[in-house]
Amino acid sequence: MSSRTMALPKQRIRTGRRSNPPEPTQGIQSLVLRVLVYGAAICTFAVLLFLIGYILIRGIPYLTPDLFSLEYTSENCSMLPSIITTVEMTLLSLVIAIPVSVFTAVYLVEYAKKGNKLVGLMRLTTETLSGIPSIVYGLFGMLFFVTQLHWKLSLLSGSLTLSIMVLPLIMRSTEEALLAVPDLYREASFGLGAGRLRTVFRIVLPSAMPGILAGIILAVGRIVGETAALIYTAGTATELPSGLFSSGRTLAVHMYCLSSEGLHTDQAYATAVVLLLIVLAMNTISALIARKLTKN
Amino acid sequence: MKRQKILETGMSWLFALCACMSIVAVVLICVFLFANGVPAMKEIGFIKFLLGTDWAPKNQPASYGILPMIIGSLCVTIGAVVIGVPIGLLTAVFLSRFCPKKLHSVLEPLVQLMAGIPSIIYGFFGLVVMVPLARMIPGCTGVSMLTASVLLGIMILPTIINLSESALNAVPDSYYEGALALGATHERSVFFAVLPAAKSGILAAAVLGIGRAIGETMAVIMVAGNQARIPTSMLKGIRTMTANIVLEMGYATGLHRQALIATGVVLFVFILIINLTFSILKKRGEKV
Repeated sequence: MSSRTMALPKQRIRTGRRSNPPEPTQGIQSLVLRVLVYGAAICTFAVLLFLIGYILIRGIPYLTPDLFSLEYTSENCSMLPSIITTVEMTLLSLVIAIPVSVFTAVYLVEYAKKGNKLVGLMRLTTETLSGIPSIVYGLFGMLFFVTQLHWKLSLLSGSLTLSIMVLPLIMRSTEEALLAVPDLYREASFGLGAGRLRTVFRIVLPSAMPGILAGIILAVGRIVGETAALIYTAGTATELPSGLFSSGRTLAVHMYCLSSEGLHTDQAYATAVVLLLIVLAMNTISALIARKLTKN
Repeated sequence: MKRQKILETGMSWLFALCACMSIVAVVLICVFLFANGVPAMKEIGFIKFLLGTDWAPKNQPASYGILPMIIGSLCVTIGAVVIGVPIGLLTAVFLSRFCPKKLHSVLEPLVQLMAGIPSIIYGFFGLVVMVPLARMIPGCTGVSMLTASVLLGIMILPTIINLSESALNAVPDSYYEGALALGATHERSVFFAVLPAAKSGILAAAVLGIGRAIGETMAVIMVAGNQARIPTSMLKGIRTMTANIVLEMGYATGLHRQALIATGVVLFVFILIINLTFSILKKRGEKV
């Protein structure tokens, strides 16, 4: 492009450039704006990289085999019990949250009629749910599950609280994934004589799977990192929970206890590393799935 | 055939039932919070509770005034907005209009990662890095309003960046091209033609950031100092409403416990107002 314009005689081109040079203030202003923009971007990403780097570099040396022994004692501060609790808590929350949120999205996208007042209310409430801070969820879980239903501080109370919390997260990504499925698929399925239900389960949901998965993985990241909603619903017991109705601490709660006690900073560093690595892994997987999705 | 029809209607009802769960959840949350919090407010006295400056549940007679906590929450949030919004907005401008495509595909996941880092890790980072740094300021104990504001400012960055970037991307290219054609430089076109057009989206981002900051708990507890008194300077420790709940709920009983739940109710009302503002702004942004 540029070589061709260069070859033409100069006076013939109408570039639209003004004859008088721009005022010098415009140049200075532009420069200042440019510096501000670049500065802010560098600042943001420098802070993020510093945070990750600092915790990894300071924490990795403290990752000793002692920290992964099966029994927690106040000497070794083992995090293995809390890792196992975290896995249990995550699975339990997902088992409750996934069906409800996926079905909600299916209803909103495939079944609900437009202009339905109930649908408007549903959207309003899911939006409200996604804005509620985790401490309010924690309070609610404590009042409802722990006190009202007498489930005590337990795995079940904690995971139900968390499943309400991640409901809007999974629902929104599922809804977006369902909306992205072309109507052609549905019409073809109907044309072949399949009912609405079969179309949803055989055609729409499988093709929306990557989007749903990305949402679920984000939800896992949120559950793993949650603290405030769990302290007063699942409790801070250090042992492995023996059943649905016994208390246990997840990794994030474990880390809060360690760092607020102030006696085990080294172990807190190590726990932070593990927590950070889990979240990093979750985010990477989610991003990879999302990238695959956009490529298709 | 008949069996299939029953299945069809049955499942459609099941879907509808699941969809109602979010309504049920919100109603339950409201009912349980208000039913447990409002009686305590009545017992203490609404004015005394909201505007009382003394929080001394251990005194005889105990006094439950949460004004220091309300002011604390507001101060920290304002601080977070002052730090987080300009930096976040400029970063969004960078990602949307200045950044080469290849770099963008690296930075975008980083912003998502930033949103995914648990607040307890931010708090720990604040405790081990920012508190010692703040201690170097003369007259500052390290755990202070300033530290909490800066930390919260960092934590709301991804929210601000994500929302304002999509608001900026939604502005039609013709705005930018028109400004260029009038002789403005790239920077001026972006700042004086594109940015004003994305105004309501950016405002919505700021409001959501406020919501995040006011509801943040674990990170604030670790760096704010948690003294329940009205802050007199940026360098003094403060306590937020969220911190008040988490710190004392463990051993509180009777009216004290109810007063803490009532603190949660006040926080919840704040959040509802913020959410409402957010959805109004978002709707206005979509209309334009």
